[in-house]
Amino acid sequence: MASHDHTEPPSDIALRVKALESLLLDKGLVEAETLDAIVDLYEHNIGPQNGARVVARAWTDPEYKARLLSDATPAIAELGYRGAQGEDMVVVENTPEVHNLLVCTLCSCYPWPVLGLPPVWYKAAPYRARAVSEPRAVLAEFGVDIGDDVEVRVWDSTAELRYMVLPERPAGTEGLDVEELEALVTRDSMIGTALLEAR
Amino acid sequence: MNGIHDLGGMHGMGPIDAETDEPIFHAEWERRMFALMLATFANGSFKGDEFRHAIERMEPAEYLNTSYYEHWLHSLERLLVEKGQVAPGELEAAWKNAANAADAEGAA
Repeated sequence: MASHDHTEPPSDIALRVKALESLLLDKGLVEAETLDAIVDLYEHNIGPQNGARVVARAWTDPEYKARLLSDATPAIAELGYRGAQGEDMVVVENTPEVHNLLVCTLCSCYPWPVLGLPPVWYKAAPYRARAVSEPRAVLAEFGVDIGDDVEVRVWDSTAELRYMVLPERPAGTEGLDVEELEALVTRDSMIGTALLEAR
Repeated sequence: MNGIHDLGGMHGMGPIDAETDEPIFHAEWERRMFALMLATFANGSFKGDEFRHAIERMEPAEYLNTSYYEHWLHSLERLLVEKGQVAPGELEAAWKNAANAADAEGAA
């Protein structure tokens, strides 16, 4: 028999989370309805469709774009997007001369109100390690070829400050309305790991 | 803190593994873990920097070998015990109960 009766956590991670949830529900520290509402919010209401609205608005409204680039947090809030992990926002604009790329080397900081929760690769070691040291190689892995004459700027997000990329409006989209433009904007284009094309 | 989490510029991490049409969560336990963290954060059980710091205090090899929401689980368990919201014995009892319930389900 072991010299102590210390219980090891279950090796099954799902069981261990279930145990914690049961305990916190029993103790009244959380409520089941709250947990369900949180999941529903981030699965259905908060995601890159929000950022796409911001981008399409900036492409079609020069005054909005100026506000967005000079003070992003209130400009984004104009469209109703604010709150956790987006309290202090900076939007960086891609141009023919500059390509911007976002990372969080320390963890997973990401602008939740406009992009939702980050993909696994954004939170995983390879991207966090390499985006700052060899961004062009990282971009090439995403199929993005940035010319030598274009400056690449990498923005390392923090707990306090979150970035979003304003991608370039694709050529050939002059006739599209704002909803059609929104549909062109992808999550990765707002991280900087994709360029946009007219469909 | 200069720990394993400070990954910027580190070599040897290999290629980026981007999943096509990635779901927001990959398992039900990830959904529950996400919600448990946000709910306990919202009720003031801990501060955001304390949550991150508890992840950064993970043993380095374990940090690299575990997934993102496993980091969250380690951090939340540790903080709730350190803050006195949960007694260590309560957590161990909850593990036993969950394991027993799973065994009973498996035997049924």
